[in-house]
Amino acid sequence: MSTIDIRKATKKFGSFVAVRDVDLSVAAGEVVCLLGPSGCGKTTTLRMIAGLERATAGDIVIAGRRMNDLPPEKRDIAMVFQFYALYPALTVGQNIAMPLHYEGLGSAEIAARVNKVAGILHLDEVLDRLPGQVSEGEKQRVAVARAIVRDPNCFLFDEPLSRLDVELRHSMRGQIKAVLSNLSKATVIVTHDQLEALTMADRIAIMCDGLIEQVGSPHEVFARPANVFVASFIGTPQMNLIHAQYKGYSNGKAKVAFDQQDVDLKVNPAVAKLKPGKITLGIRPRAFTVVPEDTGDTIDAMAELIEPMGAETLIHARTRTGSDIRVVVAREKRVKTGEALHLVPDAAQTHVFAEDGKAVRA
Amino acid sequence: MADIATFWERIGLRRAGGVAEAGWGRTLAAALISLIYFLPVLFIIFTAFKPQELALSVPPTLSPTSFFGLIPDQFVFTPTLENFGSVFSRVMTTGSQPESTGFDLFFFNSIVIASVSVLLALAIGTLAAYGFSRYPLKGNDTYLFIILTTRMLPAIVVIIPVILMFRAAGLSGSYSGIILLYTAFNLAFTIWMMKSFFDELSTDVEDAARIDGSSGMKVFFKICLPQVVAGLAATFVFGLILTWNEFLFALLLTGPDTRTVPVAMNQAVSSGGRGTDWTLLAAIETLFLVPVFVVTFFLQNHLLRGVTFGTVKK
Repeated sequence: MSTIDIRKATKKFGSFVAVRDVDLSVAAGEVVCLLGPSGCGKTTTLRMIAGLERATAGDIVIAGRRMNDLPPEKRDIAMVFQFYALYPALTVGQNIAMPLHYEGLGSAEIAARVNKVAGILHLDEVLDRLPGQVSEGEKQRVAVARAIVRDPNCFLFDEPLSRLDVELRHSMRGQIKAVLSNLSKATVIVTHDQLEALTMADRIAIMCDGLIEQVGSPHEVFARPANVFVASFIGTPQMNLIHAQYKGYSNGKAKVAFDQQDVDLKVNPAVAKLKPGKITLGIRPRAFTVVPEDTGDTIDAMAELIEPMGAETLIHARTRTGSDIRVVVAREKRVKTGEALHLVPDAAQTHVFAEDGKAVRA
Repeated sequence: MADIATFWERIGLRRAGGVAEAGWGRTLAAALISLIYFLPVLFIIFTAFKPQELALSVPPTLSPTSFFGLIPDQFVFTPTLENFGSVFSRVMTTGSQPESTGFDLFFFNSIVIASVSVLLALAIGTLAAYGFSRYPLKGNDTYLFIILTTRMLPAIVVIIPVILMFRAAGLSGSYSGIILLYTAFNLAFTIWMMKSFFDELSTDVEDAARIDGSSGMKVFFKICLPQVVAGLAATFVFGLILTWNEFLFALLLTGPDTRTVPVAMNQAVSSGGRGTDWTLLAAIETLFLVPVFVVTFFLQNHLLRGVTFGTVKK
């Protein structure tokens, strides 16, 4: 079975801990994205799976076998590199055939399989060219072709689309997803682009400073972020994170104070168990309803900057003491600069994070 | 003014704005400067073809032909190959038959000793450089510095211990001795040079090769080495020139059978008590130039890439 299991994997470079106690399992046919800002340890985690870095502690189990001590060539994996890593002196066809050569297949068999993947990835025309003579998008497809030409235990992608321009990125995202869905292998994709992760992954593992902050389906990490970091990292425009004082809970509403306002907000009932103290409110820009007047459960702010984004309009609003609140409203809703806004957040989308940054949720 | 500017531009001595092909003016200036640098070598080569009595004539003869009357007759000499013949065989004592001078052996020695030791250093040094580059030791830089220090001392400083060691080991006068010494001599340079080439390579391709199923050895030979051919060529030529010209160690550590050309040249021109035979010297030097010239000529494309390596970022 094509599966990956990482158990308590840690990687240290000298005294620097790049990856700390990472647990992650990828089922056969599942695509997991490692998502995080640069330097968060996602590529190191991928390289540990590949065997290009040795895990300092923990187990790397691929296809049910512990592979910590095996070099990459013995792990039977396929990987697509960020900069493609094509062999510069070999033609596109020879590049794709390389893994098969190492497997010791006959030349007829190799040619057949190379032609097959070249057909899937539309590379038939460029098989005889050198990597330097093909376009960026084609190089990327060659790298993918070289990975899928074999029948490996699992697929690893390191920032596969980061070098492509926006349009190519869109089309490649679809193509890679289509190719992967036909292969039913465990796949790990490293990316720092949340859109890439949200669109391609079955599950997303969000990393920060060497730790996995949350693992969940794209829907889950967006709708139920486990902590402040995940909340701030997923979603554009970014979630509003408001530092506030929690004062108590009554009638299903939490009394919170921030920026000289006292607001009663409908929140998750689990907040009732919280002791009064500092919290962070997380409300997505699209979770606000603009109402005509202050009704005690509204957040009051003044529209300061209006950015029309086409279908929607992004408003940067400012509270009395100057906290920035981003609000997205429908295009039809006309708001003028300087206008006072009364905002009612949707209770289901109002996240309360305790002082330690963890979400308070039933 | 505009006309003058365009004239200078046209012959290429003034920048016409932007990057353009060099005009004739610049090409000519470059050729002239190159010629000045090349003059001493040219003079030696001409001298090799002169009759002995014209070697030091004043005014000097400058050309083997008059270029259809362009050069006055007193500067023209009639070329002869006599000097080249006497490099290999000539009359040693007055009145006797010409004898072999042994220079065929000395040329053979120079070629074998220089090429074997440089190739040996290249083989060992490239492997070492790859190790230093890819599998750094604790204190990697210290090791590299220690290797570099072997090139900091002038040869003359270490010559006495080296002679004593060679005598004790019975290596004096043998091929293996001098080859061993030159190999060691070239190693530091080879390691540093090749390490910088390996450092510049993207390790992604090597990683990709390993994931595709290639072992460490195959990665080195099939992926890395082909990418540093320019570096190998440049290192080879630099090492070859250095070793080819080496005089001091060769003088003290080779025997009559393993003598190299620089040493033999010195002995040939100063023997016989007739003063320096300049045309003979020039002939030896001209022949001495040929092998290095041939190697450099065939490797020139690689060399250019090798010596300009790293000046343009990928």
